[in-house]
Amino acid sequence: MRDGNALAGPLSDLFLPDPTTAWRLCPGCGTDAALAALHVYDQGPAAVARCPRCSEIAFRVARHPGQLWFDFGRGGALRFPAS
Amino acid sequence: MSLSPGFSGRRGFDTSRLPPGQYPTYDFPVLSAGPTPEVDTADWEFTVASETGWRATWTWEQFLALPQQDVTTDLHCVTRWSKFDTRWRGVSLDVLLADAETAADFVIAHCHGGYTTNLPLEDVLDGRAWVVHAYDGFPLSPEHGGPARLLVPHLYLWKSAKWVRGLTLSPVDEPGFWEAAGYHNHGDPWREQRTWQD
Ligand SMILES: [Zn+2]
Repeated sequence: MRDGNALAGPLSDLFLPDPTTAWRLCPGCGTDAALAALHVYDQGPAAVARCPRCSEIAFRVARHPGQLWFDFGRGGALRFPAS
Repeated sequence: MSLSPGFSGRRGFDTSRLPPGQYPTYDFPVLSAGPTPEVDTADWEFTVASETGWRATWTWEQFLALPQQDVTTDLHCVTRWSKFDTRWRGVSLDVLLADAETAADFVIAHCHGGYTTNLPLEDVLDGRAWVVHAYDGFPLSPEHGGPARLLVPHLYLWKSAKWVRGLTLSPVDEPGFWEAAGYHNHGDPWREQRTWQD
């Protein structure tokens, strides 16, 4: 096991790409959807992105003073094109 | 919890009823974290379960046969709007929890659509929380949480869970849907408990 500094490499790949290029394979129903096809509910306290078919939560983003909370909920990877 | 004598007329608002950082509204905004579930009262059941394995379940007819209360109260949403003198009808949690076998300190509300929220047990007893099924004299509409929602008006409105289907009594606190995303665990509008840092 290594400490969290070992994430510097993999995370630098993850946070560079344009997020709108990502796709998500829904672990709930198997639907493969582009980020733009997700259903977003953002009139509430934060933004909730859901599978367009089964409504399973893809992720949530909450903006609090000075901080951004990003929560993948019950899972489902975001898939980015990489070289 | 009744009509306040401080309400100062049709276009005026008694600002002493407004918690810090809130503004008054005449509308009733609809805020949802997901699609509105279709819940048929023919299939509706409300279950209370405790850590001892005790549980009680009511059908819609049984729920409507419980002692009903009319409640007039102010609502405060964490998105900063407040609405005065909303009128509800429903069953007090004092009634729904009266026979519960429990030593729990926390209640977790479970909802159709997967939403959850957590509350200290003492916050939902002594006439401070209800499961309501009517708003302003009409059956509660689906967008406002019908057929039945929780009403805990002394806390921010995300605690008044829409489409509620049951309560779990737990000795261990379990952060709910918004509480796990950085919103305050208690949510008292008068102490401006908006986020985990407040
Ligand atoms: Zn799905």
